[in-house]
Amino acid sequence: MSDLRELYQQVILDHYKRPRNFQKLEDANRHAEGYNPLCGDEITVYLHMDGDVIKDISFQGAGCAISQSAASLMTTTLKGKTKAEAEEIFTKFHEMVTGTAGDGDPMELGKLAVFCGVSEFPVRVKCASLPWHTMRAALEGKDDAVSTE
Amino acid sequence: MTQAAHQRVANEPCQDCLVGFGADKIREDFPALRLKVHGKPLVYLDNAATTHKPQVVIDALTRYYTEENSNVHRGVHFLSQVATQAYDGGRNRVRRFLNAAHDHEIVFTRGTTEGINLVAQSYGRKHLGTGDEVIISAMEHHSNIVPWQMVCDEKRAKLKVIPITDAGELCLDEYERMLSDRTKLVAVAHVSNALGTVNPVREMIALAHQRGVPVLVDGAQSASHMPVDVQELDCDFYAFSSHKLFGPTGIGALYGKTDLLEAMPPYQGGGDMISSVSFEKTIYNTLPYKFEAGTPHIAGVIGLAAAIDYVEAIGRKQIAVYEADLLAYGTELLSAIPGLRLIGTARAKASVLSFVVDGIHAHDVGTILDMAGVAVRAGHHCAMPVMKRFGLPATARASLAFYNTRADLDALTKAIHKAIEVFA
Repeated sequence: MSDLRELYQQVILDHYKRPRNFQKLEDANRHAEGYNPLCGDEITVYLHMDGDVIKDISFQGAGCAISQSAASLMTTTLKGKTKAEAEEIFTKFHEMVTGTAGDGDPMELGKLAVFCGVSEFPVRVKCASLPWHTMRAALEGKDDAVSTE
Repeated sequence: MTQAAHQRVANEPCQDCLVGFGADKIREDFPALRLKVHGKPLVYLDNAATTHKPQVVIDALTRYYTEENSNVHRGVHFLSQVATQAYDGGRNRVRRFLNAAHDHEIVFTRGTTEGINLVAQSYGRKHLGTGDEVIISAMEHHSNIVPWQMVCDEKRAKLKVIPITDAGELCLDEYERMLSDRTKLVAVAHVSNALGTVNPVREMIALAHQRGVPVLVDGAQSASHMPVDVQELDCDFYAFSSHKLFGPTGIGALYGKTDLLEAMPPYQGGGDMISSVSFEKTIYNTLPYKFEAGTPHIAGVIGLAAAIDYVEAIGRKQIAVYEADLLAYGTELLSAIPGLRLIGTARAKASVLSFVVDGIHAHDVGTILDMAGVAVRAGHHCAMPVMKRFGLPATARASLAFYNTRADLDALTKAIHKAIEVFA
């Protein structure tokens, strides 16, 4: 089952079992909630924005290994990035998990490249992208809950 | 095989029946069971979602479209008569399957969901008023919740919910207390799709009837697993779907007692449901056509009749006995897996093994099982209140049919061990 190990890489399992930045951010000035009605995954992303810079980011929620580890790795990636940089990383990440990336090297995404196996599992793409859509909603300051449906 | 053996209840496996059942032979009738997924033989354990179709059903559909295709109840021409005969024959087949008293008590629908909506919109809108109550249970599928919410909202009526125990059994004392002069209808699942619980519907119907309250039985999960006799149950309505009974999708039937159906207004308007139409007044057709507006799913009815013939040739008592043995075997296997918890442990159960595994989300279990060729459902099973009752976001669910074998359950067990290994 090599494909299986490709999906459930050790880094993913590690972040699922020990999610980083898993807490409510007390000094958050933006936050958004995301929900996948298909499987019940839910997530809240907190941002502390300093101008255009993500000074701090955290999340809380419950869900499968893919959604929880995607959220955890997203927080470790985005801390200190600007809004524009976050958007750029989101675009590349989204292209990778949906299998629509061009010739670019997935390693450009650093640690996030562990999610490249997701594109082989179409029904799981929403799991990986839910935290990112929620983060973007928080960036935009949208109050409505994000839904994958 | 002795008659006595056939009369055993579903929970007492009878060795004669098991030996004579021959699931391996039965499997050959289902082309889809020969499929491979991810390079592995398909182990199909998602029968509560939908069942595969035997070749005879596929052939019946092909034959209809090839040799019999025509509209029904309209033409004097040859093909129309052939199609009409096959269509009406399908209704008779369903009547005998449910042991209803009359063919006209069988209304064809798109499936269980439409059957329930028909009763909610027709019977419910006519009889519900402010402060009236409809009783459902905490283990209902969304299709037996939302139609009642809709009509209750409109009529300012109240939805009362029978609670369930930790084992997934209805609290019958509570149910009895809920029944009152305000109760206008009880709607309850015969078998829970999420938990497998077989509800004591006959007893529940008797209690409701003592107060003159009619009962709708959601038969989506029972029709394929056990004999159903609507006269013996004395239910007022019974709805089921063809696709969960080895027949085509998009067709099902609603049984209703004649006097109730007679007094109900039509559900939809259109062709076939009328006797005469003028701009001043339309006279509705008689039962069952009053409830069947528009060209029906003729092929579906013919396919459903073929599916019923197939199931009846095996025998629903034999199916119940065989599946009870399979369920007991699966329960034993899964119970022995460390960290696995079965959700739904009612004393009377049918063909459903819903479970959670410590530290692994149901969707991850589902994906890993799928890679091993094992198809299960992972999620809330369109029964979100059930999940909430057990404090779970989702479960994985293996649901059995008579073409499943012990080998399928061995494969399931092996794949669950694999999931635990991946997440270790």
